[in-house]
Amino acid sequence: METRTLTCIRCPRGCTVAVTLADDGTITSVTGNSCMRGDKYARDEVTHPVRVVTTTVPVVGSATEKMVSVKTAGDVPKGRVFDVVRALTDVTATAPVHIGDVILADVAGTGIDIVATKDA
Amino acid sequence: MSDYDVIVIGGGPAGLAAATSARGEGKRSVLVIERDQKLGGILNQCIHNGFGLITFNEELTGPEYAARYEKLARDAGVEFLLDTMVLDVSPDHMVTCVSEARGMQRISAGAVVLAMGCRERPRGALNIPGFRPAGVYTAGTAQRLVNIEGLMPGREVVILGSGDIGLIMARRMTLEGAHVACVAELMPYSGGLKRNIVQCLDDFGIPLLLSHTVTRVEGKRRVEAVWIAQVDEKGRPVAGTEKRYPCDTLLLSVGLLPENELSRAAGVELSRVTRGPVVNESLETSVPGIFACGNVLHVHDLVDYVSQEATAAGAAAGAWADACAQHQAHDEEPGIPVVAEGGVRYTVPQSIDPERMPEKLTVRFRVGGVYEDKRICVYLGDERVIAKRRPILVPGEMEDVTLKREDLLARPGLEKIVVTLEEA
Ligand SMILES: Cc1cc2nc3c(=O)[nH]c(=O)nc-3n(C[C@H](O)[C@H](O)[C@H](O)COP(=O)(O)OP(=O)(O)OC[C@H]3O[C@@H](n4cnc5c(N)ncnc54)[C@H](O)[C@@H]3O)c2cc1C
Ligand code: SF4
Repeated sequence: METRTLTCIRCPRGCTVAVTLADDGTITSVTGNSCMRGDKYARDEVTHPVRVVTTTVPVVGSATEKMVSVKTAGDVPKGRVFDVVRALTDVTATAPVHIGDVILADVAGTGIDIVATKDA
Repeated sequence: MSDYDVIVIGGGPAGLAAATSARGEGKRSVLVIERDQKLGGILNQCIHNGFGLITFNEELTGPEYAARYEKLARDAGVEFLLDTMVLDVSPDHMVTCVSEARGMQRISAGAVVLAMGCRERPRGALNIPGFRPAGVYTAGTAQRLVNIEGLMPGREVVILGSGDIGLIMARRMTLEGAHVACVAELMPYSGGLKRNIVQCLDDFGIPLLLSHTVTRVEGKRRVEAVWIAQVDEKGRPVAGTEKRYPCDTLLLSVGLLPENELSRAAGVELSRVTRGPVVNESLETSVPGIFACGNVLHVHDLVDYVSQEATAAGAAAGAWADACAQHQAHDEEPGIPVVAEGGVRYTVPQSIDPERMPEKLTVRFRVGGVYEDKRICVYLGDERVIAKRRPILVPGEMEDVTLKREDLLARPGLEKIVVTLEEA
């Protein structure tokens, strides 16, 4: 049996969550979380950690913005974070851009889209 | 007759929420004056996610959160003057502002809400010996360069101070291809949220050096290296612990200061602890009819609380303007003082009038050090009415207690309200 102590990053409260794992790796308990979001986070974190990636890409043709902020529309595997950023190296958005517009579909083969988080 | 019932100074999240609430479903005329060409304030450059979980039950990025509040304000019929800098607010609510398009203007208001936000402690406030080479930035400036201008300040980075902006920038610079050697923090604890240590430092293997500081900056024209040493309990560098970190960039994330030049000039009394206005239960400053909310009042780490606070301030300003328009006398009775004791550094508000307070009033505060296993206690006179157990309290995270109006009304002649920490 193994116990792992994590800080939940799903909200600013940052609860300390303890996950106990049986010898075969199955999760036997999750404690310390104040809500169910923390339970899911802890289970994901010990089996397949995921993150949302936020970054920017240049935008052409906008009167106000040089860059448009973007995010992954969902979680991507933590180990793929740099691949996501790399896949965006040569991507440029074209104005008009609206919040939620897909800037790059299926980024780095993760199945997740990159969407705009700002109008430009 | 005033030009507007309520004028809000600053169009960040605080100003937008205050203005929306001051409109009172279209009952009052409300103007927001913003010096930038865009609304949203500092959130425009905070492209990371983690905003709005409390308000919208969704994890939004800064620009998305700002856009939601901008829409709420526009839909509510709030008017805006952008690209317009407020120069002066008089005690009788005359607002002087200037813009390229319209030149100097004087606009009168029934009530005024201050929502100018805060700025970063500049590097001049720090005493690091050495030259002043290029490559030293505040973390917020670096954030603007990277996220708004699309420019990278440097490639090999050291960060001094573990405030949230510094932590966020450690991750941001790393994703953009820079190498962040370490984050050095003078105090024995981090100044930022724990989740930011996990997702911005631990995820990328960036070391956090607690009880460390920069003792020297090397380089004549551009930063070439910084020296970092361990410090003792008094914050003095310990001899023999100095280490050299070659780098081209030093980011400073050493705290924020409320932006209160306007408030000061208006005669608003400022707190020496928060550096923001002293306010009563209605978030009204010492100048009648001038209210404050958001980072200009006290530095917040969570925008959700900014929005809540600003909504209350906007409503109070609206009510004040109504009374003013009807020539009603304002009740200017001083409230019951709220006293911060036993590790509590300050409270907002600093006084409460039970007659004027809502059914439930949130009192926000910060502690001065790290405390484990304590109770947050509130005393009305000698009587303890709240004892809320907290496993850990840190200066980087704002706390709150909720006072009930009935509890205060039940105790006539109450002389003080004490917020303190006790052993659990
Ligand atoms: C870098 C950073 C990261 C953050 N990260 C998070 C996070 O992850 N999650 C979270 O919930 N919160 C976060 N916060 C906190 C939250 O975003 C802020 O507390 C909030 O934005 C403050 O809102 P405000 O309206 O008080 O100030 P601001 O957003 O600073 O707005 C003030 C506005 O007033 C305007 N202004 C100032 N003076 C004048 C004048 N004289 N005339 C006209 N206009 C004027 C300014 O231009 C600005 O637009 C972060 C804050 C910072 C600084
Ligand atoms: S467990 Fe829930 S309350 Fe605690 S940090 Fe995670 S999301 Fe927030």
